[in-house]
Amino acid sequence: MTTTTTPTALTSSEVGLNQGRLPRWSTPATIVAVVVLGALATLVLDAPVPLVVGLGVLALLVTLPALAWVVEGRRRANDRMWTVLVTLAFALALLPLLSLVITVTQNGLARFDWDFLTTDMRGVLGEGGGALHAIVGTLIITGLATVISVPIGIMTAVYLVEYGRGRLARAITLLVDVMTGIPSIVAGLFAFALFAIFFGPSVRFGIGGAVALSVLMIPVVVRSVEEMLKLVPNELREASYALGVSQWRTIVRVVLPTAAAGIATGVTLAIARVIGETAPLLIITGSTNILNTDPTDGRMSSLPIFTYYSYTIPGVPPEFGVERAWAAALTLFLIVMLLNLVARVVSRIFGSPTSR
Amino acid sequence: MAKRIDVKDLDIYYGSFRAVEGVTMSIEPRSITALIGPSGCGKSTFLRSLNRMHEVIPGARVSGSVLLDGQDLYGAGIDPVSVRRHVGMVFQRPNPFPTMSIYENVVAGMRLNGGRGVRKAEMDGIVEGALQGANLWNEVKDRLDRPGSSLSGGQQQRLCIARAIAVKPDVLLMDEPCSALDPISTLAIEDLMDQLKKDYTIVIVTHNMQQAARVSDRTGFFNIAGTGKPGKLIEMDETSTMFSTPSVQATEDYISGRFG
Ligand SMILES: Nc1ncnc2c1ncn2[C@@H]1O[C@H](COP(=O)(O)OP(=O)(O)O)[C@@H](O)[C@H]1O
Ligand SMILES: [Mg+2]
Repeated sequence: MTTTTTPTALTSSEVGLNQGRLPRWSTPATIVAVVVLGALATLVLDAPVPLVVGLGVLALLVTLPALAWVVEGRRRANDRMWTVLVTLAFALALLPLLSLVITVTQNGLARFDWDFLTTDMRGVLGEGGGALHAIVGTLIITGLATVISVPIGIMTAVYLVEYGRGRLARAITLLVDVMTGIPSIVAGLFAFALFAIFFGPSVRFGIGGAVALSVLMIPVVVRSVEEMLKLVPNELREASYALGVSQWRTIVRVVLPTAAAGIATGVTLAIARVIGETAPLLIITGSTNILNTDPTDGRMSSLPIFTYYSYTIPGVPPEFGVERAWAAALTLFLIVMLLNLVARVVSRIFGSPTSR
Repeated sequence: MAKRIDVKDLDIYYGSFRAVEGVTMSIEPRSITALIGPSGCGKSTFLRSLNRMHEVIPGARVSGSVLLDGQDLYGAGIDPVSVRRHVGMVFQRPNPFPTMSIYENVVAGMRLNGGRGVRKAEMDGIVEGALQGANLWNEVKDRLDRPGSSLSGGQQQRLCIARAIAVKPDVLLMDEPCSALDPISTLAIEDLMDQLKKDYTIVIVTHNMQQAARVSDRTGFFNIAGTGKPGKLIEMDETSTMFSTPSVQATEDYISGRFG
C-alpha cells in the first residue's frame, strides 16, 4: 500500500529515490467510482447484474494497476495488480460463507424457539413440534464417535511420529490416506454390514452410527495430530531425555502438552467434519420421531437426518416442516460454532503455563 | 556427587558411518574439561555418548566403554534413562519447556519422573537452591510462575542449567552453551561454571578458544583428517600446557588460528 512518509531532510527531487506516490484515498476512490458507475448502469441502462459485476471487477483490475503504472512505476503497478487479485479471491471465498450464514439465520429464526429445543415430534403432523430428539441424538452419536476416534487417532499419530519406523509405519500411513478418501456412505455401509452380522439386517442403533462416523473421523484426527506432533521441536524431547525421563513419559508430559492447542483445534475440526454427516446415519441409525437416549437400542434421530426428512417430507401443510428444517440447520450451525469456541478456550488453557 | 569419567577405545557410529574413532581419555572430578576442534570433528557426538543421548538418534551406536567411577555406562543391564539422571546435559540453544512456568521448568526433572510425593516446601527449597546455583534466583524470584520462554536468551540458558542441576547429577555436559548468547550472558555462564565445578564434573564443548583457556582445567583437541573420515582425539593435557606448548603440530596450528 502507499505510505506517506517522506524524508525530512532531503526532498524527493533531490535524491531521485521517491518517484511519485498515489495519494492514500486513490484506492477507495477508484472502488467507489466503479461501484457508482455499476449502480448507474444497472438502474439507468437496465444492464443485467452479473454482467455489471463482471465488468466492474475487470475495471478495478485494469484501473488500479494502470493508475499506479502511470504515477508510481512498474514495480508498484505489479504490486497493485496482485493486491487486487488476492483481495478478489478472498471476497470470492467469503461470499458463499456469508450468504450461507445469512440465509440459514433468516430462515431458521422463525422456528428457533424454546419449544423447538425442548420437544420432539411425537404425534406432530403440522404446526409445532421440535428437534429435541434430533439434537440429543446428534450429541450422543457424535460424542460417542469422538470418544472412539480421539484416543485411537492420537495414539496412532503418536506411534507414527514417535515410534514408527519402516514397513509397518508406512503401511499405516497408506491406510490412513486411503481412509481419508472413503465416501461417507461407504462408512455407513461398513457399520451396517458389521453389525448386521451380529444383530441381523434390521439392526438400527446409535453406537452403529458412532462407529460409522469414527471411520470418517479417525483419519482426520490422525492427520492433524501427526502434523501437530511434528511441529514440536526435537530439542524439547532431548531436553526431557537429558533429565533422565523415559520416552513414554516424555511423550505424555512434554510432547502432547506442547502440541495440545493444535490437537484441540484438530479434534474440533474433525468433529465439525462428521457432525453434519447424513448418509451413514440414514443407513445405520435410521430415523425416528421420538426421543431416544439409549444408543445401544433402537433408531435414533439426528439433526442432519431431521433436516432432510423435514424438508423432503414436510407434511401438510408443508411450510411448518420446511421451517423446522431451517431451524434444525441453524441449530447444527450453532453447535459447530460453539465447538469452535470451546476449542479456542481449551487451547488457550493448554497453551500457556499453568500458574502454581 | 562429582564422579570421574574414564573413556576407553570409544568408537561412535551413525548407522555405518564412523563419526568418532578410538577415543581414550580421563575426565577428572571437580574440574572443567574443555573439548575443542574444528566443526564436524565429532565433539558433540562424543559428548552425547557420555550420557547415552547419542543412541536417541535412529541407527546410532557406540563400541568401547565409558566408566563413571569405574562403572561401565554401556555395560549389560544398564538403563540409559537412569544414566541420564546421573549425567546431565545443557544444549547449545536454550530449550526451556514452553508449556511450563519458570518454577515448573526447574522441577521438571522430578515432576516428569513422577515425583509427586515430594512436599511443596521441599520442592520450593529445591527450586531456590537450583536457581541460586545457576545465578538466576535474584532475577526471577518474583515471577516464578511466568513462562520460562519469557526470559532473555542468557536467562533461559541459566534456567536450563538450573533444571539440569536440580536433579543433582554427578556430571554436567555442556555443548557450546554460550554460542547463542551475547558476551555479557556468556560471562555470566562462565562465572557460573567456575562455581559449579566445586560440586560437579563439567565437560564443555566450545568453539571459542579464549573461553576454553579462561574456564577449563584440562583441554582435549579433536580433529578430523577430512570429510567422511572419523574424528579423533589428537591430544589432551592441562589447559595451560595445551595453549602454550602443545606436543602436536596440528594442535598448535588450530590454537593459533591457522585452520578451523
Ligand atoms: N544425526 C546425525 N546423523 C548422521 N550423522 C551425523 C549426525 N549428527 C552428526 N553427524 C555427523 O557426525 C560428524 C560429527 O558431527 P558433530 O559431532 O556434530 O561435530 P561437532 O560437534 O564437532 O561440530 C559429522 O560428520 C556429522 O556430519
Ligand atoms: Mg557440535
